[in-house]
Amino acid sequence: MTYALEISALEKTYKGGFQALKGIDLTVEQGDFFALLGPNGAGKSTSIGVITSLVNKTGGKVKVFGYDIDTDLEKAKSFIGLVPQEFNFSQFEPLVNILVNQAGYYGVSKPVAIQRAEKYLKQLELWDKRDEPARTLSGGMKRRLMIARALMHEPKMLILDEPTAGVDIELRRSMWDFLKALNEEGITIILTTHYLEEAEMLCRNIAIIDGGEIVEDTSMKKLLAQLDVETFIFDLQANLTLTSLTQFAEQSQSIAYRVIDDHTLEVDLNKSQNLNQIFEQLNAANIEVLSMRNKSNRLEALFVSLINKKSSTTKAKQQSAVVGAN
Amino acid sequence: MNNSIALKSILTKEVQRFTRIWVQTLVPPAITISLYFVIFGSLIGSRIGEMGGFDYMSFIVPGLIMMSVITNSYSNVASSFFSAKWQRNVEEMLVAPVPNWVIVAGYVGGGMCRGILVGLIVTLVSLLFVDIQLHNIWVIIATVTLTSATFALGGLINAIFANSFDDISIIPTFILTPLTYLGGVFYSISLLPEFWQGVSQVNPIVYMVNAFRYGFLGISDVSLVTAFSVIIFFIVTLFTVAMVLISKGIGLRS
Repeated sequence: MTYALEISALEKTYKGGFQALKGIDLTVEQGDFFALLGPNGAGKSTSIGVITSLVNKTGGKVKVFGYDIDTDLEKAKSFIGLVPQEFNFSQFEPLVNILVNQAGYYGVSKPVAIQRAEKYLKQLELWDKRDEPARTLSGGMKRRLMIARALMHEPKMLILDEPTAGVDIELRRSMWDFLKALNEEGITIILTTHYLEEAEMLCRNIAIIDGGEIVEDTSMKKLLAQLDVETFIFDLQANLTLTSLTQFAEQSQSIAYRVIDDHTLEVDLNKSQNLNQIFEQLNAANIEVLSMRNKSNRLEALFVSLINKKSSTTKAKQQSAVVGAN
Repeated sequence: MNNSIALKSILTKEVQRFTRIWVQTLVPPAITISLYFVIFGSLIGSRIGEMGGFDYMSFIVPGLIMMSVITNSYSNVASSFFSAKWQRNVEEMLVAPVPNWVIVAGYVGGGMCRGILVGLIVTLVSLLFVDIQLHNIWVIIATVTLTSATFALGGLINAIFANSFDDISIIPTFILTPLTYLGGVFYSISLLPEFWQGVSQVNPIVYMVNAFRYGFLGISDVSLVTAFSVIIFFIVTLFTVAMVLISKGIGLRS
């Protein structure tokens, strides 16, 4: 099977000696919606830079739809559409020119490019601005312009580096819908984001990178299954009374809970417990639930624990190396 | 991939860029050249008399046109390519399957278009001051085309190495302008003492100005064969250097 992206033993050491990538291995299947997560400086943008040939690798192999970037770079590039983290278009050119020129770099003829520019500018709600210089756009519009630009040659794989950074919630959700629709059309999407909720909402598979190493590479479902405890917030119908609370406390001795205020209860649920059990105990205590929600982003908790686990392993290794040296 | 479409896209973008800001790019050379004609041609030139068998104004016209072509070809590519680096929109080309020679040809072509267009404007302005004669139109076309290509390549290399806007003004200020002024624009190098004539022969602009002057007036301080050999040598060398730099990603890829 040909992967959309196949990375093996990828290394990058910058001129100053900083090793940004320490031999990472990664595969992304065709048609996947893949998240690459990691803290700042983890190596996400360097990885994307190498894949898109903006960064020269020091070692390893990268294949895009089976084409090795060392031997078939131009072919490999033709499959990729890139939406970078920072705005990288001419601020002085009108939107249509930016898009038509970009298509031209991929050998798309001008009449076809003009049609596609109209299609994507309309889909991304930028058509009214088509003749304006790019500098007049708002931050959210500039992000959408970069998505339109990346699609002009109709790539098979779209790589988005923090595409919704600084974008308001409404716009972010419309961008999510747009990306989901693209993925349903068969475009492989690789996404880096700081909004972990975004990765959880959109992506089927995920890799977590930290310190230039892949610390987790799995499906989103398997990753979330690693969570031991989830916290739920219950909004209550009526005020909590001392009697009902005492009754609930007696019945639910194995459940950790906190009273946030007289209308809100926070409950921690581990894998061996289920929500039915909680509802039964709440019912028995005459506590009526109006609504319920997750307290925090589940992926965020897991992400923090994975990163912490990795840094404590590194520290332990360093300490044992020091002890060994002594 | 269709490289001709990519080349046309870069070229169109470059031409659109300098025509969009025509007040900055096309008008100043016309004003500068008018001042040269007023000061060196009418006021001082009339007291100089003949040079190379022609009145001074006619003698300096080819050199002044060539000076504008050189400056504009160079500065167009230097500022445009450096701006693309600075705004990072050069990445639009780097991530696309555009061969390196297409990037070089596109930018150099853009610089040549501006250099030659400015040359035409300056020629038209010159007609207000002096009757221009043509000795050999083909020599004129060949010289102006090859010279603009040479300096557009120079501007590209400058921009590749540049890290700030200051870096793209250092070469024109400290190297290009002195070489142009000492390149026989305002005088025949045969007037110089023997030692300085020898020194002038290592200045490539001497060959360009003289070949161009030959096209207009039929006189030159150097042979045409030597002049074209020198220009072609510089084009081949600078093109090779530009290709190597872009292939290695110097100043472009980390």
